[in-house]
Amino acid sequence: MQGLAFDIAHLLAGSLVLVSFLMIYQDRLPSLINVFALHAILLAASVAWQATIQNMPELYVTAMIALLFKAFVIPVSLRRMIVQLGIHREIDTVVGTGLTMLAGMALVALSMVVMLRITAMADPLAREDLAFALSVLLLGLLMMVTRRNAVGQVIGFMSLENGLILAAAGAKGMPLVVEISVAFSVLIAFIVIGIFLFRIRERFDSVDMQALDRFRGEQQP
Amino acid sequence: MTLLRDLAVQSVQMALVLLLAPLLTGLVRKVKARLLRRVGPPLIQPYRDFRRLLGKESIVATNGSWLFCAVPYLVFALTWVAAALVPTFATGLLFSWSGDLIAIVALLGSGRFFLALAGMDIGTSFGGIGSSREAMIASLAEPAMIMIVFSLALVAGSTQLSAMAVYLLSLQEGLRVTLAMALFALIMVAIAENGRIPVDNPATHLELTMVHEAMVLEYSGRHLALIELAASLKLLLYASLIGCVFVPWGLAPPNSDLRGYAIGLLSYVGKLAVCGIALAAFETSIAKMRVFRVPAFLGAALMLGLLGTLLRFVSGSF
Repeated sequence: MQGLAFDIAHLLAGSLVLVSFLMIYQDRLPSLINVFALHAILLAASVAWQATIQNMPELYVTAMIALLFKAFVIPVSLRRMIVQLGIHREIDTVVGTGLTMLAGMALVALSMVVMLRITAMADPLAREDLAFALSVLLLGLLMMVTRRNAVGQVIGFMSLENGLILAAAGAKGMPLVVEISVAFSVLIAFIVIGIFLFRIRERFDSVDMQALDRFRGEQQP
Repeated sequence: MTLLRDLAVQSVQMALVLLLAPLLTGLVRKVKARLLRRVGPPLIQPYRDFRRLLGKESIVATNGSWLFCAVPYLVFALTWVAAALVPTFATGLLFSWSGDLIAIVALLGSGRFFLALAGMDIGTSFGGIGSSREAMIASLAEPAMIMIVFSLALVAGSTQLSAMAVYLLSLQEGLRVTLAMALFALIMVAIAENGRIPVDNPATHLELTMVHEAMVLEYSGRHLALIELAASLKLLLYASLIGCVFVPWGLAPPNSDLRGYAIGLLSYVGKLAVCGIALAAFETSIAKMRVFRVPAFLGAALMLGLLGTLLRFVSGSF
C-alpha cells in the first residue's frame, strides 16, 4: 500500500511539473488558459490524494477550493477578459520557447539538487512533493519573467501559487484558516489584477508590459 | 540445446518481422482509408507492390555512382538487423545479447546516413532537399532517442532490451512518471523517424514539403522495393519497441514451452494491430505541421526525455 500510495503521489506531482512545462511551451493565450486549468485540476487531484493517504480531511477542502476557483472560475473569467481586451489571437514570448525550456530544465535540476539534499531526513512522500513543488514554483517565476503580456504574467503568478499549495499539502498540511485566507487573497489579487489590466489598456492601448518601460526612464521614446 | 532453441527463436523472429512488416503498413493504410470513408487498398497490397516492383527493371541515372545501387541493400540489411534485436514475441533471443538499445539507435542512424547520401548522389534538387531535411530531423530525433534510452536504462538498470522487458514485466517498478514521459517521447520520436503525418506525409509525391519520399524519388524497380520494405520494417521496429518496453505482457520468457511462444505470438500480433489502428486514427485527426515547426516538436521529445531522467533521480533516491 505504501508503495502504491507513493507511486500515485509521485505520478500526480510529476505530471504537475510536466504541465508547468506545457504552459511555458504554449504561446497562444487561449491554449495557455486551458493548460492552466489542467494544471489546477492536477493540483486538486494531487492534494486530494495527499488527503487520502495522510488521513487529513481538511486537505479535501483545499482540493475543492483549488478545483472550484483555479480550474473553473479563474480560467473562465480570464478567457472572457482576453476576448474583451481583443488579445485572444496574440502570440507573446520574450525569448524563444527552446531557450526557455532549457532554462526550465536547469531550474528543475536545481530544485531537485537543493531539495533532495536539505530534506534528507524527511518522510519520502513529503520529500518528493517538496522537490516537485519547488520546481513548479520556479517554473511559474520563469514564466512571469519570459512573458511580455500581462495576462501571461498573471497565469505565471497563479501557477506559482499552485506550487505553494502543493508544498503545503505535502508537508503534513497547513492550518485550514491559512489555506482559505491564502486562496481568497489570491482571488482578490486576481480581481485587482483584472481591473489593472483594463486600466493599463485604457492608458497605453495595450497590455504589453514593454509599454511601461519608458515610464521608468529605461527607454527614451 | 538452449543455444539451438535460441537460434530457432531468433530465426523465426527474423522471418516474422519480414513477413509482418508489409502487413502493418497495409493495415495502417486500410484503416486510414476507412476513416476517410474510402474503400482503400486491400490489406495485402504492400506484398503485391513488392512483387510488382521486383519484376520491374530498375533504372539508374547515368551519373549515379556505385553508392546509389549499394544503398538499398545496405539500408535494408541495417534495418533488418536492428529489427532482429528487438524482442517481439519472446525474450530469449540469441542475437539480443550482442546488441542493446544503443546499438539499435546506431544501426538505424547509419541506415539513415546512407539513405541521405544516396539522396544527394544523383544531384537532383529534390534529393538534396530531402537529404538536408532528413539530416535536420535526425540531428534532433537522435539526441531525444538517446535521452529516452538513458531514462529507460536508469529505470531498468540495463540497456539490454530483453533484460528491460523482463524487469518491467516483474512489476518491481511501480507507476513511474519517468516511464510515462519516456513513452510519450518515444512515440514522438517514432512519428518523426518514420515520417508519419505531423512531420512528413508518407502518402504523397506532390508536396514540396516531403522528406523521405524526396530522397528516394530516383529509385525504381527492386531498389525501390527494398527501400519500401525497409521503411515498413522500421515502422514495425518502433511498434515492437514500444510494445516490448511499455506493454511487455505476453512476451514468452526464455526457456518457455510451445504454448508460451504461441501466447507471445498472439499478443504480439494484437499489439501491432492496436499500434497500427492508433497510428492511423492519430494521422487522420491531425494536420501536417510546417517543416520549421519540427524542431519544436522534437525539442519537446528531448525535453520529455531529459525531464524523465531528472525525475528518475527523485523517485530513485528512496
